[in-house]
Amino acid sequence: MPTEGPHGRMPEGLPDAERALAALADKMRGAVAVDAKLIGIYSGGAWLAERLAALLPGEHPVGFIDVSFYRDDYGQKGLRAKVETTTLPFEVEGSRIVLIDDVLYTGRSVRAAINELFDYGRPERIELAVLVDRGGRELPIEATYVGARVAVGRELSVVLNRAGDRFELSVEPTTSAPRA
Amino acid sequence: MLSKGPNPQLNAGGELQHLLTLEGMPAAIIERILDTAVPFVSIAERDVKKVPLLRGKTVFNLFFENSTRTRTTFEIAAKRLSADVININVGVSSTSKGETLLDTIDNLVAMNADMFVVRHGQSGAPHLIAQHLSARQRSHIHVINAGDGRHAHPTQGLLDLFTIRHYKHEFSRLSVAIVGDVLHSRVARSLIHGLTTMGVPEIRAIGPHTLLPTAVEKMGVRVFHDMKTGLAGCDVIVMLRLQTERMKGSLLPSAGEFFKHYGLTADKLALAKPDAIVMHPGPMNRGVEIDSAVADGKHSVILPQVTFGIAVRMAVMSILAGG
Amino acid sequence: MKIEINNGRLIDPRDGIDKKTSLFIAAGKVAAIGSAPPTWHANRVIDAAGMVVCPGLIDISARLREPGFEYKATLESELQAAIAGGVTSLACPPDTDPPLDEPGLVEMLKHRARSLNLAHVYPIGALTAGLKGETITEMGELTDAGCIAFSHADAPLADTQVLLRAMQYAATFGYRVWLRPQDAHLSRGGVAHDGEVGMRLGLPAIPACAETIALGTIFALARVTGSAVHLARLSTHEGVACVRDAKRAGLAVTCDVAINHLHLCDADIGWFDAHCRLVPPLRGVPDRNALRAGLADGTIDVLCSDHTPVDDDGKQLPFAEAEPGATGLELLLPLTLKWAREDRVPLASALARVTADPARVLGVDAGHLAVGAPADICIFDPDQRWAVLPGALKSQGKNTPFLGLELQGKVRYTLVGGQIVHEG
Repeated sequence: MPTEGPHGRMPEGLPDAERALAALADKMRGAVAVDAKLIGIYSGGAWLAERLAALLPGEHPVGFIDVSFYRDDYGQKGLRAKVETTTLPFEVEGSRIVLIDDVLYTGRSVRAAINELFDYGRPERIELAVLVDRGGRELPIEATYVGARVAVGRELSVVLNRAGDRFELSVEPTTSAPRA
Repeated sequence: MLSKGPNPQLNAGGELQHLLTLEGMPAAIIERILDTAVPFVSIAERDVKKVPLLRGKTVFNLFFENSTRTRTTFEIAAKRLSADVININVGVSSTSKGETLLDTIDNLVAMNADMFVVRHGQSGAPHLIAQHLSARQRSHIHVINAGDGRHAHPTQGLLDLFTIRHYKHEFSRLSVAIVGDVLHSRVARSLIHGLTTMGVPEIRAIGPHTLLPTAVEKMGVRVFHDMKTGLAGCDVIVMLRLQTERMKGSLLPSAGEFFKHYGLTADKLALAKPDAIVMHPGPMNRGVEIDSAVADGKHSVILPQVTFGIAVRMAVMSILAGG
Repeated sequence: MKIEINNGRLIDPRDGIDKKTSLFIAAGKVAAIGSAPPTWHANRVIDAAGMVVCPGLIDISARLREPGFEYKATLESELQAAIAGGVTSLACPPDTDPPLDEPGLVEMLKHRARSLNLAHVYPIGALTAGLKGETITEMGELTDAGCIAFSHADAPLADTQVLLRAMQYAATFGYRVWLRPQDAHLSRGGVAHDGEVGMRLGLPAIPACAETIALGTIFALARVTGSAVHLARLSTHEGVACVRDAKRAGLAVTCDVAINHLHLCDADIGWFDAHCRLVPPLRGVPDRNALRAGLADGTIDVLCSDHTPVDDDGKQLPFAEAEPGATGLELLLPLTLKWAREDRVPLASALARVTADPARVLGVDAGHLAVGAPADICIFDPDQRWAVLPGALKSQGKNTPFLGLELQGKVRYTLVGGQIVHEG
């Protein structure tokens, strides 16, 4: 039976975000290139990138990307109300990059992020790390590193929240807002 | 009195349908445009200065009045959004063959226009076009006013607000002085509406009686006729352009006398706050509105205004085209 | 044709009649009031229960657009509009193309109007040739052709010497001169009142002193020349005060205001509504209030429609480029009634401003219903409401700021010379 969480309905089997983060970091540790640059997709992926940079050994530069100007649903849904500035304080050209997002679903955000990255330069390699993979892909995109997998109906969105310095996952009814 | 409809630039849901004027525009919409312009500033700093938002859209730059400067900034903005841009200098094409303004519009609609950027010598021309499009059930086509007569120049007003916010961080404690030919200035009207909406407590208009509209106080500005009292303690000084044909005649005796009274020199600037910024919508008349030492000096933010102008126009276009 | 109108409220402002009674018409004239003349047998009986029976309206400014502007309107369409609006006599300004500056043009106009046999048409001749403000016209010939006065319409007459001489010449023969009080220089390029609305919309302004300066000039010239002057289209409260003072000082002037200026102000321009592009411009609320008070107290003698049909092409332009004017023949009556209701002006006094008073200004025997008077009559339902929609207007011009609004008061019958020319 679903139970009430602090941020909405929590279906049974929704993983603990902190545990998923630890699992994701475990998978990335040793596998990610020592000079890899971490790029979080706003907003959940950006929080995640900062946490991962602290959890992973070595010094990984962190950047943030807002894909609003590259989304494929602009024609239907218009521009998001709040667009953040993409901040990549390093060269993309020739770099090894790990794109980081909270939830991997249709794959459209990742497509937009890859397109945007190429307007900054030609990376040597792009990997993808996600906290949660909920399936439902509409594009041929797969994550290199996955923290947890979860099955949730189409009518629900999986959302990452920050409570102080802790992460929590919750679900919300799907709105017309752009999907991850 | 008759009851007139709401401003046609907002749709039934209160969202921006066209950009025609800053008069009556909700602060939330102005804020959204300014916020959206911020990431566009950084796009311009990349090697690839283009995003794909308006790919496949056709923007017509419809200039019934010559202005290479303004047309170019709109053209750059649209191209950086990946739109196809067609520049039409109507002053030398269809209307001289007897075609009416709305005939021209209907023709361009038939060419599947998505957006019109309109500059016209007559106040209200962009409103007329917007009303015509909605009467023809063509409301999906957006109109941006790039300056109409003396009425409005809303993208200039927005870029001025962006510039002020960029350097002063907020609006609620500012004193802004607008100097020169307010009477003929659409830039001044749009800026005054914008500043009022954003909560600027002190807006001053400085100029001789011949260049200030009779009822200018009704827009919420304090009127000054001399620079000494008018500039005292100001945070922002906006110098307006004086058109060449108005420098000598019944409005003013000469450019030289105007400069003597109202030209911005280092001594006059010293009356403002030490960190005051100096703005000008361009193109400047050096030695008429502004002394070169000030125009090129450390208080001047005239060139950043141009850079920000492109970002603000990209923000407006992408918000409008996203419907 | 003998017509009997029963059960109506008969109002004859000139003769102070306002009562429920019958009106008998024979041989084109009023035959009797109250009881039928001897051996009376009516061909037609009109039951006017619930209606007002009054003299046919006289509109002292209605542009019929002939000759020259037949694409905007024709004599036939506009005279149909006149009778649909209860207007049985009208004066038309000389700003046709060519202007009414030659007797032949006036004769042709009179002839065309007579053959249509609708409302009476009184042409106003041009004061100067081509309305150019240089050479005075053959006022004698034009009067013989049918002109009842001379004016410069809305064309500027900047040269005070020409104006002085035109007024001197007209005064020699007792011709009336109608003038629009607006300084040619101060109004140059202006399209809106010099106030907050015009400033916000960025429309070039015409200051109120453009009117008062012109009034001062006209009054001085009227005193010098002794010319009988009518002032066309007051628009400002300062102007109303000037006219009031001049009348008190004994100057023989009359003046009028148009229906739009009586009801509207510059705020009605809204977002550049070209229907509100009018000459003179719509002014502020204090101006409108002063015009209403001036019309009520008799400072302003006449209310007119200033009927100006304009085609869509002329209005679908940016405000300043739009052709000025509004259609009005069919709105004159309901807007007179609206003013009377809103300002509590007695109905008979209000109707005087569109019947007896304009007849006095024109110098014609009309606008009253005494026995023997021409049977030009308007019978209207004062309560009937109707929407001002393009299809409801007979005028070829559908241009009015009142388009889409509902007005009260509808003409049911119009009689001209004892003939029923309109039934609605």
